Amino acid sequence: MWIYEKKLEYPVKVSSCNPTLASLIIEQFGGADGELAAALRYLTQVWTMPIPQAKAILTDIGTEELAHWEMIGTMVYQLVKDLPESKIAGTPFAAHYANHGKSPFPHNAAGAPFTATYFNSKGDPIANIYENMAAEQKARATYEHLIRLSDDPGVTDALRFLREREIVHFQRFGETARLLQEYMDSKRYY
Amino acid sequence: MNISRKEFLRKIQELEFAVIELNLFLDTHPSHQQALADYNRLTQELMNAKAMYERQYGPLTNFGYAPSQYPWQWALTPWPWEDDYDCKEDMPCGYMKKS
Ligand SMILES: [Fe+2]
Repeated sequence: MWIYEKKLEYPVKVSSCNPTLASLIIEQFGGADGELAAALRYLTQVWTMPIPQAKAILTDIGTEELAHWEMIGTMVYQLVKDLPESKIAGTPFAAHYANHGKSPFPHNAAGAPFTATYFNSKGDPIANIYENMAAEQKARATYEHLIRLSDDPGVTDALRFLREREIVHFQRFGETARLLQEYMDSKRYY
Repeated sequence: MNISRKEFLRKIQELEFAVIELNLFLDTHPSHQQALADYNRLTQELMNAKAMYERQYGPLTNFGYAPSQYPWQWALTPWPWEDDYDCKEDMPCGYMKKS
């Protein structure tokens, strides 16, 4: 069961229409290391986790990633919603607009549609948790690329918040990896 | 309560952020007594703030987590990606504009 809260995790305020920036930050809406891939990766892995701490952290970080996905979708929408249709042609957002109009859609900045091949659940706790740690670092790196590309102070502020969350998630998954290793070792030797 | 809706929401977001951080920390440190005490204290503060906010501006959650005034406020109050949501400082914007 999930409950929706009618608010964002962190306030988002874009400064002006910016179709170019919308077409870049959509990377985190539907790209390989984006928020949707993160949420589905963690929420898919919970069933086969052997220890309670791992089930809890995957459920909770997976849920938080959905809130981040909502923040990115909100920024993409706000960056284009007041843009006159006549000004879309010739911008990098035009290819997106041809199919989806002004709706956010999960594809990456290069236009490749979202796919479940971006993540895995191996049914193996150690393999899963190391995939997750790598995913958090890749998401952090993507946010750093986007922060360098952003010329909108409001968007940059939200991207900084999201980048910091990846660092915290990496830390928590590192602790989970140690707890899992201890559990595996105790099962093997005693 | 003498603060605007926007400021009130910001306060809730701050409290909830602290609670999320403590929650994730407790997931991997379930026996950490100080973190647990902080979590419980801030959770109480957050619950009080949300209840007060919802009485003034409409529900933050549905599915039985908060009652609604007439008419059904969940559907009629603005959504987080809408301009109305982030309304002018002193406008009580928990209600849909008459169309
Ligand atoms: Fe993350």
